[in-house]
Amino acid sequence: MQTKRVVFSNRGLPYALLAPQLAITFVFFLWPAGQAIWQSFLREDAFGLKTSFVGVENYLRLLREPDYLNSLSVTGVFAVSTTVLSMGLALLLAAAADRMIRSRDAYTTLLVWPYAVAPAVAGVLWWFMFNPTIGIMSYLLEQLGYDWNHRLSGTDAMIMVVIVAAWKQISYNFLFFLAGLQSIPHSLSEAAAIDGAGPVKRFFTVVLPLLSPTTFFLMVVNIVYAMFDTFGIIHATTEGGPSQATNILVYKVFEDGFIGLNLGSSAAQSVILMVIVIGLTVIQFRFVERRVAY
Amino acid sequence: MARIFAATGLAALTATLTMGTAFAQTEITWWHAMGGELGTKLEEIVAGYNASQDEYTVTPVYKGTYTETMTGAIAAFRANEQPHIVQVFEVGTGTMMAAEGAIYPVYELMADTGQDFDPEGFLPAVVGYYTDTNGNMLSMPFNSSTPILYYNKDVFEKAGLDPETAPKTWGELESFANTIMESGAAECGFSSGWISWVQLENFSAWHNQPIGTLENGFGGLETEMTVNGPVQVKHWENMKRWQDEGLFQYGGPGGGADSAPKFYAQECAMYMNSSASRAGVLANASDFEVGFGMLPYYDDVEGAPQNSIIGGATLWVLQGHADEEYAGVADFFSYLSSPEVQADWHQFSGYLPITQAAYDLGQEQGYYAANPGSDVAIKQITLNAPTANSKGLRFGNYVQIRSIIDEEFEQLLAGSKDAQGALDALVERGNALIRDFEAANK
Repeated sequence: MQTKRVVFSNRGLPYALLAPQLAITFVFFLWPAGQAIWQSFLREDAFGLKTSFVGVENYLRLLREPDYLNSLSVTGVFAVSTTVLSMGLALLLAAAADRMIRSRDAYTTLLVWPYAVAPAVAGVLWWFMFNPTIGIMSYLLEQLGYDWNHRLSGTDAMIMVVIVAAWKQISYNFLFFLAGLQSIPHSLSEAAAIDGAGPVKRFFTVVLPLLSPTTFFLMVVNIVYAMFDTFGIIHATTEGGPSQATNILVYKVFEDGFIGLNLGSSAAQSVILMVIVIGLTVIQFRFVERRVAY
Repeated sequence: MARIFAATGLAALTATLTMGTAFAQTEITWWHAMGGELGTKLEEIVAGYNASQDEYTVTPVYKGTYTETMTGAIAAFRANEQPHIVQVFEVGTGTMMAAEGAIYPVYELMADTGQDFDPEGFLPAVVGYYTDTNGNMLSMPFNSSTPILYYNKDVFEKAGLDPETAPKTWGELESFANTIMESGAAECGFSSGWISWVQLENFSAWHNQPIGTLENGFGGLETEMTVNGPVQVKHWENMKRWQDEGLFQYGGPGGGADSAPKFYAQECAMYMNSSASRAGVLANASDFEVGFGMLPYYDDVEGAPQNSIIGGATLWVLQGHADEEYAGVADFFSYLSSPEVQADWHQFSGYLPITQAAYDLGQEQGYYAANPGSDVAIKQITLNAPTANSKGLRFGNYVQIRSIIDEEFEQLLAGSKDAQGALDALVERGNALIRDFEAANK
């Protein structure tokens, strides 16, 4: 590929053109991130009247705090389950819709709807359906002999938030998978079919490897989604409960910072979160991308 | 073109400014957490004040739950956008009190502005919670309540119980609940709002058991929680057993949003919650008669029943405004605590009257005689002279400790911990937060 070199007649112009983007990056990313890092070394009372520098103590405390370690593992379980569930279902639906010829657009339109639902609304919706007293889902489960109670059972609560988070993300994954499937040349499948491969074998040996760039991209997006964008779902439903069973890292940052007003610890947690995300991105692009066949 | 716009803009601006000066009134903002029926009543009270004089205008702003209101005000203070008055719930008292440069103590405010103010006129059981160690009032009591027992008289009658007798002890409550459930009059015995406040804090005070060292934290920041005593353990053990037997149904953490509907729908025959739920209970209990009683106690615990403690909220004044605005705040506080306004608010809402005068006025008006049960709360809170165990509690970071109480209670109900284990964990986690608060406020 050839690099295009544009020569500006005025030396200041390129900088002026870059300035708005740089200003936005600085104001909305670098500055708050810097503040968070600084805040994470301080201990402060709620009103900000007394501040003292405590070094890395906020971090050390977190690593000793059982609630924080619990939140780490909860986040892991939540992110992986949400990603697997929502990508699996989306792939299934996309593969099904891809086989349709005339109704494909209708299915696509219908399946995209959940994406337009705000996270908090999606949460409340499922919260009602699963409500132990009046919910239709808990009623059905009771008929099957399962006593559903997400108010008390941490497992039930986790299953519920995973379902909500995955349900909301299926549309997004579906669109990408469908586009991915459609861009695979039919001739490849046909060639495999002539060689005697059945539909299942064709899917796993021809289609899936060719989909891997999409799958890889979606995996990154989904994990990031599950870790960060699901705040609304948790806040509108379990609020991290029962007994911290669904208290994911992002929600804990909010809880400790905005409810507990422990800004030092909250800032330290968001810095750790920042490191986790940077790490995840680097690992995924460095190691996973190499094995992906484009 | 641009010039024409600028000219019209300027004209409009001048017009607004002149109009502004013509009706110059000092604006006072009040952030509060009263929604629903209580919010409407509060706005009515403020409108009454604004109409009563033309120097000040008070603007009430609803900021959501108690937690949201308090944390919102603190965030606003950090950004220098704080309201004049903020309503803070009782568990935020420790945090507010420690913020010396941020708050304007009410006793100072009243003295500085020369308001006629008599701290002696307030009910000691109420103001005791909000005074410093020298007995000075730091915030203005507004809505204080205490938990009481509500019961369904119709269900009691159906079950063959005397509808005029509320259970006095937990033993009676258990046998009443069994009778009710066996007779099929209701499917559950009782539910409770605010597990932390009703089944732990008030439970301890009512049985004269310490909630923390150093007079429940009144004596200093070095306090530690002590709610894992044998009496509390026994009660939580019973709560778990009653839940397993179906006598008790859990209504969720915090305020226990699911508990009131269980009572309204006549699913649970008894319900424990704030006396200020009275307005809501009477409005929702359309198909049945409601009875009122004091909280049950264990008759084998020495010193029970002692007295219950309050909950609810007070009004804190924040620093950083002009003197003339504070004069308005003080004037508004005098209006709020006047017997007429207080008696009206108390009788409407079920909150306690905060002054003796308001209580006396209610008696003169014959309110308590005409509304049986409306004075249960005040009788219960003044049943005995408060001891060091029943004056209230004052811990830093208590907003979070309240959530810990809910979490440990949930673990108990889910069966992952026994009562002793849950309360021990609660004390350990609570003390860690109290130590954090101590370190940040040294």
